[in-house]
Amino acid sequence: MTTPVKNPETQVRRPDESLWKRLTRQQLFIPVAALVLLVLFNLIADPTFFTVSVKENSLGNPVLSGNMVSVLDNASELVILAIGMTLVTASSGGQDISVGATMTIAGSVILRLVCGGQAAADTMQMNLFLAVLIGIVVTALFGAFNGTLVAYFNIQPMVATLIMYTAGRSIAAWINNNQLPIINDVAFKYAGTFLPGIPVPTPIFITALMVLVFWLVLKFTNLGLYTQSVGINPNSSRLNGLNPKMIKLLTYVILGVCVAVAGYIRISRSGSINYSRNAENIEMDAILAVALGGNALSGGKFNIYGSILGAYVIQFLTTTLYKYEVPSTALPAYKAVVVILLVVLSAPVVREKLSSMKKAPVKAVKEVS
Amino acid sequence: MREGAVLEMRGICKYFPGVRALQDVDFTLREGEIHALMGENGAGKSTLIKVLTGVYPKDGGEVHIKGIDGAAVIRSPQDAQNAGISTVYQEITLCPNLTVAENMYIGRTKGAGANWKAMNAGAGKILESLGIPASPRQQLGSCSIAVQQMVAIARAVDMECKVLILDEPTSSLDEQEVVKLFGLMRDLKAKGVGIIFVTHFLEQVYEVCDRITVLRDGQLVGEYVIEDLPRVQLVSKMLGKELDDMADIKGETGGQAVSQEGAPVLEAQGLCSSAGIKPFDFSIRKGEVNGFTGLLGSGRSECVRAIFGADHVTAGTVKMDGREARIKKPLDAMRQGIGYLPEDRKGDGIVGDLSVRENIILALQVMKGFFRPFSRAQAEAFADEYIKLLEIKTASADTPIKSLSGGNQQKCILARWLLTDPKYLILDEPTRGIDIGTKIEIQKLVLKLASEGKSVTFISSEIDEMLRTCSRLVVMRDRKAVGELNGEDLTQSKIMATIAGGDEK
Repeated sequence: MTTPVKNPETQVRRPDESLWKRLTRQQLFIPVAALVLLVLFNLIADPTFFTVSVKENSLGNPVLSGNMVSVLDNASELVILAIGMTLVTASSGGQDISVGATMTIAGSVILRLVCGGQAAADTMQMNLFLAVLIGIVVTALFGAFNGTLVAYFNIQPMVATLIMYTAGRSIAAWINNNQLPIINDVAFKYAGTFLPGIPVPTPIFITALMVLVFWLVLKFTNLGLYTQSVGINPNSSRLNGLNPKMIKLLTYVILGVCVAVAGYIRISRSGSINYSRNAENIEMDAILAVALGGNALSGGKFNIYGSILGAYVIQFLTTTLYKYEVPSTALPAYKAVVVILLVVLSAPVVREKLSSMKKAPVKAVKEVS
Repeated sequence: MREGAVLEMRGICKYFPGVRALQDVDFTLREGEIHALMGENGAGKSTLIKVLTGVYPKDGGEVHIKGIDGAAVIRSPQDAQNAGISTVYQEITLCPNLTVAENMYIGRTKGAGANWKAMNAGAGKILESLGIPASPRQQLGSCSIAVQQMVAIARAVDMECKVLILDEPTSSLDEQEVVKLFGLMRDLKAKGVGIIFVTHFLEQVYEVCDRITVLRDGQLVGEYVIEDLPRVQLVSKMLGKELDDMADIKGETGGQAVSQEGAPVLEAQGLCSSAGIKPFDFSIRKGEVNGFTGLLGSGRSECVRAIFGADHVTAGTVKMDGREARIKKPLDAMRQGIGYLPEDRKGDGIVGDLSVRENIILALQVMKGFFRPFSRAQAEAFADEYIKLLEIKTASADTPIKSLSGGNQQKCILARWLLTDPKYLILDEPTRGIDIGTKIEIQKLVLKLASEGKSVTFISSEIDEMLRTCSRLVVMRDRKAVGELNGEDLTQSKIMATIAGGDEK
């Protein structure tokens, strides 16, 4: 009789687990460790890194200034993208590489609307709220386009989104007839800079709001359960009444919404747009944030807070490098070294090794009587 | 080595953690014969073949191959190939985007360069000699599945094999294609190649094979010359029940309280799906347990999948409690009160990385809706209730389901459907690959559900399990419902005779 023997090791947690083992097995171990290391490095090298001071900005308002403020501020777009990217990764086991390009489309649409089609405008020609809303709808549609290719045509996510990656910036330029419109209305820049009288950069609030929204969505809907289920086993999911294709599509649409919000923050920092350089290479950082957060890029289970933390780690690293006057041309090389380290450390193979420094000997085959 | 043998395996043992997959199995293949390797799922057929081809290292026994002195050492598929053993698997393992010739020579060219001309010429010659209708320069993907299968065989033959293993080569072929394949097999046989043929189709075994070796539960049942082993005997050997073993154990459980009033819970007419079954009629009453039986690949799973809407339903009507029901997808069936425990637990049942709790609540949660998640406390209550009720052994409800044993995973899937409180529950092979204790628990549960007025369809490869639980059996053969047995007819011998069909009376 071929009778499987229950393996007691899989069912009972071993009591002799060291703290180290339990720590390294935590999904958030790597991003937290990276963050701690960065903080320690800066504390030792130059504690003034953490100084936050109040300065006057160009409008004469007192605002907070300092490296930490800049980390939190500049990470905003990345954090928001990382949230959407995590969902897309979980459901489809692949990534959307077009987010930089579609962010530019969102920016272009919003700019065109608020400038009313002119090359430059001193006051907004359209309600800003409405313009952003239209921007959101447009990128959600582009998300739906990507999602349809992935879910209904079974195209690999990277290949499917390569289309918008290639075409997106041209579409963005076409939306504004190749002009580079500039909006000079102070109110337009509130979202990317400061609200009058508030010393904290607005992107930090928008990011916090987005994180809150997703926390609520994950809590009060089944988005988390469905995406993970579909990402882990689409067959089972279908037999349990889910529509895996629909859910994949949904995650791409959600990413589209995130892209619009991030795109809006990006253009409202300057009030203008550069089609080829706007949010350049941000897709790679967003994917990296997901990976750093300990999420498998092959999909399935996810931890959205890991990705958020990963995004902040990336920005922290960038800001630290800037602080030590690494020339911006050399920046990617430095970043790459750190990234290689982090990614290798968070690879399942290495984590396994780390957490099982003294693994119990493999049990010999047990015979059933 | 025996006279005329090309391959002898003696006393082969193979253990997997906790399972004896093969115990002391002997197998002899003679020159120029087609030898069927038969057995139900889990009998050890594929393990034996994987040991022979070096995929698994063996834990005991010896392999002798003609032309090799002493015991042959086969540690990898490469070794097996060098020793003259070639395998053609059920799924085509060639590259559809390469040409036929490239596929035949892939991995076999010496050095970095390739002599395309010689390759195409060589391939053309073999294809011609075997009568395979394909051109060497044709892209493999553009050939029919049968021709692709034949190209795989041609590749194997060209490697000057003495032993050719065909693992379920006919499962994706239609009748005419099977005929072609058999022609090729007979040609090879005439050339002195020993062929091991693994299949679930009895008709095909009796059409081409010379000998049969039967395995059951990892042990050798015996080797037979085909003329000496009628079909019914073969079935009984595969299932491990002697024909005269007429003991009917149905009485133990007492009769089922099948309600004859009103319309059946489910009534299907002319149901047919894209999975390739012939249209069938089916109905089940309240409190009834019925079963689909038949050998593997006979279409019993496809039938229940069609009822649940798991495959694309192409024709037929379904009535639930006498009312027309449109079941186009699993969610429709779930809303009608149907639950379905799939045959392939790992591929279709569990969601491996999710916790036991999430796996248990999944179906009910999906029915409840996207915007109405269960609270954590509610989900935990559900999970704890069923972990206790079905005695699921798990460290906690948070443990990923994939780390549980097979039987406990199966109980979680059962719990998932019980939680939805279905009117009609379909259990496809719920007891496969799980330990005896759990098997009996599941059978008892099925009877208990029926006594509570639920209808259950129970599918199992083990006939005595079906006899113990079902009051009516639909017998399937070659993707067609060929008979329905109940009452007096529910005996081992009758069932086996119906399964075997064909010339036996």
